Amino acid sequence: MEPAQIEVRDLTMAYAAHVVQRDIGFTVGRGEIFVIMGDSGCGKSTLMRHMIGLNRPKAGSVFYGGEDFWAADEERREQLQHRFGVLYQYAALFTSMTLEENVALPLTESGIGAREAAQIARLKLALVGLAGFEEHYPAEISGGMKKRGGLARAMALDPEILYFDEPSAGLDPLSSRRLDDLILELRESLGTTIVLVTHELPSIFELGDKAVFLDAEKKTMTAQGKPSELRDDSDPKVRAFLSRGRL
Amino acid sequence: MPAETATTSHYRLEHAANALRVRVRGHWSLEQGVPSSEELVRALESLAPEARVVFEDDGIEGWDTSLVTFVHQVAGFAAGRGLATDASSLPEGVRRLVDLARAVPRAKSDRPAADDALLARVGGVALHGWGTLGDAVSFLGEVVVAFGPLLRARARFRRVDLLQALEATGVGALGIVALINFLIGAVLAFVGAVQLGQFGATIYVADLVAIGIARELGALMTGIVMCGRTGAAFAATLGTMTVNEEVDALQTMGLRPVEFLVLPRVLATSLMLPALVAYADVLGILGGMFVGVALLDVGVREYLVHTQSALALRHVIIGLVKAVAFGVVVSLSGCYYGIRSGRSAAAVGAAATKAVVVGIVLVVVVDAIFTVALHLLHL
Repeated sequence: MEPAQIEVRDLTMAYAAHVVQRDIGFTVGRGEIFVIMGDSGCGKSTLMRHMIGLNRPKAGSVFYGGEDFWAADEERREQLQHRFGVLYQYAALFTSMTLEENVALPLTESGIGAREAAQIARLKLALVGLAGFEEHYPAEISGGMKKRGGLARAMALDPEILYFDEPSAGLDPLSSRRLDDLILELRESLGTTIVLVTHELPSIFELGDKAVFLDAEKKTMTAQGKPSELRDDSDPKVRAFLSRGRL
Repeated sequence: MPAETATTSHYRLEHAANALRVRVRGHWSLEQGVPSSEELVRALESLAPEARVVFEDDGIEGWDTSLVTFVHQVAGFAAGRGLATDASSLPEGVRRLVDLARAVPRAKSDRPAADDALLARVGGVALHGWGTLGDAVSFLGEVVVAFGPLLRARARFRRVDLLQALEATGVGALGIVALINFLIGAVLAFVGAVQLGQFGATIYVADLVAIGIARELGALMTGIVMCGRTGAAFAATLGTMTVNEEVDALQTMGLRPVEFLVLPRVLATSLMLPALVAYADVLGILGGMFVGVALLDVGVREYLVHTQSALALRHVIIGLVKAVAFGVVVSLSGCYYGIRSGRSAAAVGAAATKAVVVGIVLVVVVDAIFTVALHLLHL
């Protein structure tokens, strides 16, 4: 049987002696949209940081295609990291570079020539609706445009997996909707696997194939499954979360 | 029979009636790059206005962004010439992505075109300089106005901020000020000894060091060190607060940023710099004495007697008065560039750089003004 594209196995996350979450375990299949959800401060973004190699787990590990990410040496981890792109909560665009330079950076750093990198960067910016803004600096564009610029950079190298940290945070409903459509389009067109960290209910229900719920008080995951089915979960906190408190 | 016009490993061009067929084939991957579309663009230029560009799948073995980039580029060029494009036989994913990339019309830039003419650039620099000067004067005015409430003991800033600024600009700088001034005193003694030794007047090194450090170099070097240390720190702190909208938050709370943030820093630096300069004077004289005693065979007692006789109180006071002026200049420069920083990481870096450069220039300019004024006053 082919191993899952991503597997999180018995993961415990901690800052020094303070445990954030323990015994987290789930799998994400190729082309799936997977949602990590939970109340504020439960460790959703921290879990993503452990999955993308920014924080080392206290226990357990993350597997990509069956390969243990955290058991690999640094060079191999860097190779595995090339398989995924990340859209950070505040886009994390380099403020000293134009949008085109931001998107071209991972391309030129992976050995693609400057002319081709510029062509690809322009395409990626057009894909996220930013054609014509290539020469703009991040400080000159709106928050929603920054998010889209960050997405263009995240998908510069056609990653197999895209991670999104709170993609809708700070966006108006229309921009948020457009970003959701874009996420769906990327999955349909390129077969990209998508991991979303969010607590936006419309996005969870519209996009998510599977979801996991992290509980801040119990410090572990308390539910996983299809978002629509989790509405009837046995855990009242999960039901309350997915119905905005209306039980 | 269509005429074949060009062949590459990725595509083949065929001219048909009122159509240019682009027969796409092979494995497309970013690792191999995006094929040049120059040949294709030349072929498009020769097409009649009613012609179409038709992409055909001629055995595509695999594709990624490189194919989408190629099709998007060609379709964009064709559209620019008013030619229709048909990509219906390409893989669905490629079509969807090309459609997505073309879904939002290209934004028209609303930026004024840059004028690179020499005269325009000189004019631009002059206007910018004039604007900055006006803004700096206005900032200075705000600070002066903020001193009004301070004199009436009604200034609105946190006392703990003042204490922290006093600690950071005073105690925190003792080490670097001691090191720099001790070395400057030693260097001054050494250079002086070489010259004075020619006249058998080596003992006057003590006079040279005492007057040079107390009147001039102690204050100047401490001012420059504080520019790099405190001025840059003020600019970086206030710049980051601007980026994080903390300065905006103060304003909407009805607190004046100049009164709340700048005043304690200016006050702390102006109070602590004279104290630091007094300390620097002692260390500078010790540095000179170290060279005098260790290398020039001057006795400790003899050195101190010469220092005491040369060091009139007015030299020390002049150094301390300069220190107050340098404190004002250093803190104002750091706070001005911090408060006026842009809203990005690069802008905060630029603000810190400007604060240091302008601060050092101002310290030297103020020192020069003091020197001329004191000369005119016979002091």
